[in-house]
Amino acid sequence: MTPVFYVIAALTIAGGLAAVLLKNLVHAALAVTVAFGGLALLFLSLDAQFAGFAQILVYIGAVAILIVFAILLTRGSDLPQDGVFSHTWLIGLMIAAGVFSVLAWAVLRSVPALPHETAVPAVTVHDIGVALVGRYVLPLEILALLLTAATIGAVIVAMHEKDGAQ
Amino acid sequence: MTPLAAYLLVAALLFAIGLAGALVRRNAILVLIGIELMLNSANLNFIAFWRYGPHPEALTGMMFAIFSIAVAAAEAAVGLGLVIAIYRHAQTTDLDKMNRMKG
Repeated sequence: MTPVFYVIAALTIAGGLAAVLLKNLVHAALAVTVAFGGLALLFLSLDAQFAGFAQILVYIGAVAILIVFAILLTRGSDLPQDGVFSHTWLIGLMIAAGVFSVLAWAVLRSVPALPHETAVPAVTVHDIGVALVGRYVLPLEILALLLTAATIGAVIVAMHEKDGAQ
Repeated sequence: MTPLAAYLLVAALLFAIGLAGALVRRNAILVLIGIELMLNSANLNFIAFWRYGPHPEALTGMMFAIFSIAVAAAEAAVGLGLVIAIYRHAQTTDLDKMNRMKG
């Protein structure tokens, strides 16, 4: 593994950890943006340029902004007085540690079967576009419908309540 | 260690961090952030297997990751809309205080 991989992986993990651990929600949103950026760099290091730039556009450009909007609309930047962690935090931490140990055990056990360095796949954005409107055209259309429905649904759900309470 | 195993370990660690965030934090927005991290780590697995798999020109892993990114964006929009609606109703985003199903 190259040193670049270790740097990017450390950045991504640090961003994820900071997002989960930081008390202030605005700081957590910034940290998760760092994690999203690190993931985009990991995609780029895996020669998946299209997915990497889609990750930057969708996550850093849209989802992170959406999270910041939600924090501001719910006054999430005020620190709660009675702590930020749930009272069942120990159980949650144990479940997460258990899941990680199982996943890491499975990966490390299967290392001999995993392929070594292979040739860089010769895939261009043109190939991806042809595949999207060729073999994958039905999922693409369903996805367009889903995105439209989700956007309208999110607006309707987040609209003011009808009884004039607000 | 093969490069694929290193990427899979990073994805597993990120998944565990996201799961811990979703289970441990009290704020609903932080729970959504944890879920996003988990979805992203799954995408990293797809891309890594696509890159080191036997037939990268078939684009299956890449397509799965792209569709997964789009579905995750829709999920984030609906989830944050729900959080805003609940905040408007209950004046809190603290999940420990949302312990009744009656409106």
